[in-house]
Amino acid sequence: MGERAGEPRLKMDAFFDLGGYGFYVWSAYTVALIVLVLNLLIPMSRNRRLLRRLSGRPGRER
Amino acid sequence: MKWLGWSCLLLMLAGLYGGLVLAPPDHEQGESYRIIYIHVPSAWMSLFVYLVMAVASVVVLVWRVKLAAILAQCSAPLGASFTFLALVTGALWGKPMWGTWWVWDARLTSELLLLFIYFGYMGLDSAIADRSTAARACAILALVGSVNIPIIHFSVEWWNTLHQPATISKLGKPSIHPSMLAPLLIMVAAFMLYYATAVFARVRCELLAQERGAQWVRELVSRG
Repeated sequence: MGERAGEPRLKMDAFFDLGGYGFYVWSAYTVALIVLVLNLLIPMSRNRRLLRRLSGRPGRER
Repeated sequence: MKWLGWSCLLLMLAGLYGGLVLAPPDHEQGESYRIIYIHVPSAWMSLFVYLVMAVASVVVLVWRVKLAAILAQCSAPLGASFTFLALVTGALWGKPMWGTWWVWDARLTSELLLLFIYFGYMGLDSAIADRSTAARACAILALVGSVNIPIIHFSVEWWNTLHQPATISKLGKPSIHPSMLAPLLIMVAAFMLYYATAVFARVRCELLAQERGAQWVRELVSRG
C-alpha cells in the first residue's frame, strides 16, 4: 500500500467514518441542517409572497 | 436581520470546525460524542424558547401587548423544531451508546411532552380565528405548560435516569475539557443567534400580514 500517497485519503475516510459512529453522527448533523434551513426558507418565501401580493393589489385587502 | 444571520453562520462554522475537527475523541464514547455539538444546543434552545414564550405570555395576559403575542406565536414552531432536533439527535446518540433509540426515562419523556405542548400550542393558535382570543388562550396554555420546564431541567437529578447528568452547570467546573467545551459554547451562541434570526423573519411576516392596511406597509411595498 502506498502509505505516503494514501495518507490524506485515509484521513478523510477516518473523518467521515468517525470510529464507526459516522452514520449516527452524520445523520444527526444532516437532520439538524435540514430543519434549520427549512425554518429560514419558510418565512423568507412567505415574506416574498406577501410582498408580491400586497404590491399587486394595494389597499384592497384592508 | 442580515447581520444577525451572517454572524450566526460564522459562529456555527467555527463551532463545527472546533467540534468536528479540532476537538479530540472522548475516551469513553469515542467519536460518537460529537453529536453533543447539536444535541445540547438544541435541547437548551427547546427550553429557552419556551421561557421566551412563557414571559411573552405573561406580557400578553397582563398588558395585552400585541407584539408579545406575535413573538410567542412565532416562537412556537422554532421551539418545536429545537425539541424535535434534541429528541432525534438524542436517539441517534442513544442507539450506539445505550443500545436503544428510546427509553421511557424521565428526561426523554418530559422532553417528548414538551414537543406535544408545542404542538398543542400551535394547534390551539391556528384553531381560533379571532387573534386576540387566540393570543390569550395560547398564553394560558403556555403558562400551564411551563410546569414541565423545571421537570425537564432537574429530571437527571431527581430521578435515576439513563441520561447522563449535565455536562455544564452554572456552579462548579464543567466536567469537560476546554478543547471540547469551547466549540460547544460557540454552538450554543450560534443557536441563540439562529433563533433570533429565524424568529425575526417570522415576526416580520406576521406583522406584514396583520398590518397590511397600515401606512408603513404600504410605503414598504411601494418602495420594494
